[in-house]
Amino acid sequence: MSLRFQRLLLILLTLVIILSAVLLILYNTRENVSYFYTPSEINKPDIVKNETIRIGGFVENNSFNKISSSSFKFKITDEKASILVIFNGILPDLFREGQGAVIEGAFVDNDIFNATNVFAKHDENYMPASIKEDLKDTGYWNKKYK
Amino acid sequence: MKFLVNPSKFNKFADNVFLPVLILSIILFSIGLIFSFYLSPDDYQQGSTVRIMYVHVPSAWLALLTYAIMTVYSIVGLAFRIPFGFIINTAVAPIGAVFTLICIVSGSLWGKPMWGTWWVWDARLTSVAILFIIYLVIIFMNLSFENRIVREKVVAIFVLVGSINLPIVKFSVDWWNTLHQPATISKLSKPSIDPSMMIPLIVMTFAFIMVGLAIAILRIKSEIISRKSNLN
Repeated sequence: MSLRFQRLLLILLTLVIILSAVLLILYNTRENVSYFYTPSEINKPDIVKNETIRIGGFVENNSFNKISSSSFKFKITDEKASILVIFNGILPDLFREGQGAVIEGAFVDNDIFNATNVFAKHDENYMPASIKEDLKDTGYWNKKYK
Repeated sequence: MKFLVNPSKFNKFADNVFLPVLILSIILFSIGLIFSFYLSPDDYQQGSTVRIMYVHVPSAWLALLTYAIMTVYSIVGLAFRIPFGFIINTAVAPIGAVFTLICIVSGSLWGKPMWGTWWVWDARLTSVAILFIIYLVIIFMNLSFENRIVREKVVAIFVLVGSINLPIVKFSVDWWNTLHQPATISKLSKPSIDPSMMIPLIVMTFAFIMVGLAIAILRIKSEIISRKSNLN
């Protein structure tokens, strides 16, 4: 084996080793790397009150209630569990029922999550607005596009 | 294919393709921008803000592509002792840094109206911020050594170590919960984007590639000249 291929092998081997080291670190810290918890990941007995965390999921259908002009109540769900959220402030434009959202805040007691920030999450689907109308007219509108 | 590693062959190749590349980039940008602003439809959810995608996504792809090219040339430069690999590192790092910056700025402008925030520290955004910092470090390292031979080796090794970040940027949206949405276009599945929005995206991507290529040709040529005259 010529010297240059020994060097090439050495470089590639080093890269693989560093990459696996970094990936191992990231894999074992994935709870901290993840930006939010889903409602079913939250274990009710382990809730620490007034500790800031983020939860993410979909805004549950028919759960959105306006308490006053700037105060809202809704549920965040991942279809396995759901959490009641109250929020004082301005909601992002994309926020609506059935839409993904990430909520920053803290549990005030075991069932109520007090939000300080609400971010809307959008999915990877892009579609012209006109097609949505067509699909709705023909009844082919898929609920999961929401 | 010798022009990919041989400076004088590259110079000849560059002189032949520079003008066509420049003209092509102007044409593609004109078509791409007309498509992005006028001929592409509003998104069913995001309305007009979806047009930011036609700048944001190509610049993100090019930021990653530029780094991938630097990685390959660093391996070639170190393993086969081909100096042209190091010339590429010096020449294209600032181009990648600018693409990353465009990606971050346009992403912030998109995030504010859609997500409700300019910036969050989720895995995707953080790893792209790290990519930008890595580019900056490479640029500063290129400016900071007395001895050129030492410098290009150190820079190439740093580029290789930094390349670990590339798969992390790419797969961050799949591996962790992030505010950023997962990839729309991947090889494994049918893209979840309408053709009327795919066309401007593809055209803009090629426009970005051509502009990047044109700037890269100029920078590589000037780097070759400055090495010949021993300026650094």
